[in-house]
Amino acid sequence: MSRPLVLRGGEVLDAAGRRRADVVVADGVVRAVGPDVAREAPGRALVLDAGGCVVAPGLVDLHAHLREPGREEAETVETGARSAALGGYTAVVAMPNTEPPVDCAAVATEVLALGARAPVEVAVAGAITVGRGGERLAPMGELAALGVRIFTDDGAGVQDGALMRRALDYARGLGVTLAQHCEDAALAAGGAMHEGAWSSRLGLPGAPAAAEETMVARDIALARLTGARLHFLHLSTEGSVELVRRAKAEGLCVTAEVTPHHLVLTDAACAGYDPVFKVSPPLRRQEDVERLRAGLADGVLDAIATDHAPHAPEAKDLPFDEAPPGMLGLETALSVALSFLGLELALACMSWRPAQIAGLAPRQGGPVVEGACANLCVIDPAATWTVDPARLASRSRNTPFPGWTFTGRNRHTIAAGEAVVVDAEAQR
Amino acid sequence: MTHLLSVSDLGRDGIEEVLRVAEAFAEVGTRPIRKVPTLRGKAIATLFFEDSTRTRLSFETAAKRLSADVLSFSVGASSVKKGESVRDTVETIEAMGMDALVVRHPSAGVPVQVSRWVRRCKVVNGGDGWHEHPTQALLDCFTVRQVRGDIEGLRVLVVGDVLHSRVARSQVLAYDALGASVTLVAPGSLLPASLEGWPVEVTDDLDAALPKADVVSLLRLQAERGAGAFVPTLREYTARFGLTARRAQLLDPDAVVTHPGPMVRGVEIASDVADLPQAVVTRQVTNGVAVRMAVLFLVLGGAM
Repeated sequence: MSRPLVLRGGEVLDAAGRRRADVVVADGVVRAVGPDVAREAPGRALVLDAGGCVVAPGLVDLHAHLREPGREEAETVETGARSAALGGYTAVVAMPNTEPPVDCAAVATEVLALGARAPVEVAVAGAITVGRGGERLAPMGELAALGVRIFTDDGAGVQDGALMRRALDYARGLGVTLAQHCEDAALAAGGAMHEGAWSSRLGLPGAPAAAEETMVARDIALARLTGARLHFLHLSTEGSVELVRRAKAEGLCVTAEVTPHHLVLTDAACAGYDPVFKVSPPLRRQEDVERLRAGLADGVLDAIATDHAPHAPEAKDLPFDEAPPGMLGLETALSVALSFLGLELALACMSWRPAQIAGLAPRQGGPVVEGACANLCVIDPAATWTVDPARLASRSRNTPFPGWTFTGRNRHTIAAGEAVVVDAEAQR
Repeated sequence: MTHLLSVSDLGRDGIEEVLRVAEAFAEVGTRPIRKVPTLRGKAIATLFFEDSTRTRLSFETAAKRLSADVLSFSVGASSVKKGESVRDTVETIEAMGMDALVVRHPSAGVPVQVSRWVRRCKVVNGGDGWHEHPTQALLDCFTVRQVRGDIEGLRVLVVGDVLHSRVARSQVLAYDALGASVTLVAPGSLLPASLEGWPVEVTDDLDAALPKADVVSLLRLQAERGAGAFVPTLREYTARFGLTARRAQLLDPDAVVTHPGPMVRGVEIASDVADLPQAVVTRQVTNGVAVRMAVLFLVLGGAM
């Protein structure tokens, strides 16, 4: 068991509110929370300064591509989890589009075993269909028995409506959540960026907003038909937000996430043909950015999820239309969110709500109270830092924010009671 | 001029300068010995990652008339086939001591990317995906000006597959900069998704637009880019957007008909029409050499 520790001088902020308190952690559990509990800590405890900081439940990422097995040159479970820890995360959901994909117990077991040695909790998402091929259902029951709670063919949507309907019907009984990458493959075919004024001027083939919205609309109809739980991955358009708003108003069991990059970048970023800005779904218009932000504020969108998608330089530095989509997110997400969101809402969207969706609550995202699992982050809202791609813990360098200066950063991360990040430095 | 990646790099003054310099170089092509020593000692590589006949030959002819050394790279015979990236290819070729690279690539934006990868080479866009083909638009303007005297105030029709056309994008920028008004004539399925910010009007009625046109720029229907699927049949396309013999009678006698080539006779232009005096296709090809001489001269630091 790791050394007991004390977070001293900060304010605790969780779903229950905000109050001045020290936090004592031992044996992976919060032992005491209160204004003067620091002196109750064992003498050998590690004391971490939290003055001016907020002590909160650790962040939970619903959407990270850790690339292992298969693409270890881009990322591994270990390097991805270290990036996550630096970003304030104490849990990440590893996406199943590895090589081979997580569509059977053997691969899930491998990733879970790698995750067990990682600095933060690694939950595994399974594929909906075998090989993510969109033709036959993957053994969801077998995977659920290993603890898999989210299933997705992310990277692509399940194109066949009848198959998606069967998947939802089947998943309902297992109590798991299906997560859809909403993109009609035919409508989006060849699209390298958002179809609009910029793609037209740049001469790049575009993917229209309608490619996303038609599948969101179809899947809302299927959620109504089946009564199953459905999560929408990385929504990116004004129209999608409106569809989800209506579905929620109707009482359907749907949740939705948005990425940090879709909240601050637009398709204008593609003007220089830098493939770093190629991502799926593509960066959209300013109007979409504004509606997505409003969607967080009004609760239509539940979570901010990174879609952390590392690519090795040789794989990414290609002609724009040939480059693979995706950008890094884990180490910058919190700072990006704090650039336009208050701390309370940012934490709701990045900690306790995603923990619920991922089925990881309350050991993740739960209130900071005596007896709780010690998965915590300590955020310094006043810390200013500049993103240097060379200093990221990820194996890849494809951050869309090189040279950006942010105010607000994760300072310490406590995962299962262990200080895995201290003063923005990874401890292992 | 640093690089020539887009017509928008030039602005009106830059375009005028290219045309003025091209005027001077056009004379070289009429001499018994068609060569000047202007770029002696300079090395120019043509990097064509896509098939091309006239553009490549035109650039290489232009470079040779200026006495530059020309290195010709084509993807079929290169290590790209062995898996070398565009970036490594560019860096390797620059390391051989090139002064300018003429780049053609099927992906939009590659010349822009190349301009970031080179250390000191100048980059000239020889056509990139659907994006731009600046020297084609410049030679079109040169030819139209030669025939009509001035471009200011002319009414230009750009007809056909605008969606997949790098020529159209460069033409719109160039004609607009020189004071012409541009109308795109195409079915909705062959227009870009958004024309926001484009200084153009749009119609799909060629018959109504033709009589008022001073310049008709025909674009090739890019069947190799799948454009065939954007119209029901070639026959219907020709019926609605082809410059047929019947439509040619609607043309003003002073109108100029341009085509970037290669022409597909019988689809966008009837064979008889291609041979009418208003059609300046071969003159475009001749002028292309002079315009590319001007561009190479200017990017390599020349001043007149």
